[in-house]
Amino acid sequence: MVTAARAIAASVTDPEMPMLTLEDLGVLRDVREEGRQVVVTITPTYSGCPAMATMRDDLVHRLSDAGYDARVVVSLSPAWSTDWITRRGREALAAHGLSAPGPAPRRDGPVPLTLLPAPRTVSCPRCGSADVRLRSEFGATACKALYACEACLEPFEHVKEI
Amino acid sequence: MTPHVHDHDSDHSSVYDGLVGSDPSHWAFGTDFEDPLAGVDTTLADGVDGPTLAAYCLMLGDDALVYSHRLSEWCSRAPDLEEDIALTNIALDLLGQARLLLARAAAADPGVVPVLPDGSPIPPEDALAFFREAGEFRNVRLVEPGNGDFAVTMVRLLVFATWRLAIMQRLESSVDPVLSAIAAKAVKEVTYHRDYAGRWFLTLAQGTDESRRRLLAALDLVWPYRGELDRVSEVERRAVDEGFGVDPAAVAAEVDVVLEQVFSVSGVERPERPALAAVRGRAGRDGLHTEELSRMLAEMQSVARAHPMGRW
Repeated sequence: MVTAARAIAASVTDPEMPMLTLEDLGVLRDVREEGRQVVVTITPTYSGCPAMATMRDDLVHRLSDAGYDARVVVSLSPAWSTDWITRRGREALAAHGLSAPGPAPRRDGPVPLTLLPAPRTVSCPRCGSADVRLRSEFGATACKALYACEACLEPFEHVKEI
Repeated sequence: MTPHVHDHDSDHSSVYDGLVGSDPSHWAFGTDFEDPLAGVDTTLADGVDGPTLAAYCLMLGDDALVYSHRLSEWCSRAPDLEEDIALTNIALDLLGQARLLLARAAAADPGVVPVLPDGSPIPPEDALAFFREAGEFRNVRLVEPGNGDFAVTMVRLLVFATWRLAIMQRLESSVDPVLSAIAAKAVKEVTYHRDYAGRWFLTLAQGTDESRRRLLAALDLVWPYRGELDRVSEVERRAVDEGFGVDPAAVAAEVDVVLEQVFSVSGVERPERPALAAVRGRAGRDGLHTEELSRMLAEMQSVARAHPMGRW
């Protein structure tokens, strides 16, 4: 059900990737409204994501401005997956020069060791070339890997699948 | 038209007032503490003893906390920017896991949390991190020594991540729903850590004569700490009986298979080095540590200890 409080919470943006709303990112799990009382449930992307406190503050702020008494709680399970990034979120990432994640790895049994760079289909978000090179699986935030395009020579970030 | 001159002093006693006002959202990540388990149901499942669960969470939380701090010492010192970022990303993931695990320990048994002066704003997870002595830490000794060179760091990270991934995967079926959820997140993160270290292990082994020489020396240096990971403490034994913990001896073979895979691809023999001895039957899980942990904690804890009433 789309309520006024839910609409406000859904429009709050991610502090690290402001082209995405918390809903686009899939971290907004629930908005429960009882009169002017609102409980918003969010889930961390990575265990150490330092943006959680800012997300909480932004949610409380925006909802208080609209006259709600808001509280933010954390949900740890199920663990966040990049599969929860919405289609609109993926389009916004691409529009801002970030490469959107492919499907998250499915797992059955022990996690296989991968000694070669992760097999991904990544293309340059600027020029579209598929001739790209992984520079590092770790980027400026926990959720991104660093790539470079061999065609236009620009570096870019890829939101890595988890 | 008379130019309008705004007199700042008339409505502010200091230019900094705007920064220290009532609105903490000025600061990038807020100024107050947050509970990483805010709103999470921390009720104990039937048959789970709170103090045992807390002791067990401290073990896994301390492994992550101590190793996170060690790895963060690479910040600005790594061979290149990409590795600097990678190592600090890994440290951040582990710090996040440590926060959740220490908070879980505190919720399961508030008795484990060091007592601070009345009115101290320091949350339980920070009290556990900054106000315990070395002898109260429950981490394995593998995570304590200084980083050494890049090869030593990669070998230690490979051993640590391989073992932690095996433990965390099994912990996903813990009867404690909080521990199970923390583990499910950790599996996704540590998978990247293990692959990263494995790739560097292979690269260094197959690189130049110098990189291979350093890698082999690193393996000899790190290997004695491998054995302690299979040791089962009394707390772990009880954690297995109560259904929320993992028997480390049960993952030993799986860990060795993965390490063997990396050794074989890299053309490196499994080292023959005796395991670091327990001292009068005590090892890391019992609070027996190397001197390097004390030195690390002295630095890590000094500011918090000087300001037990501090707000950050």
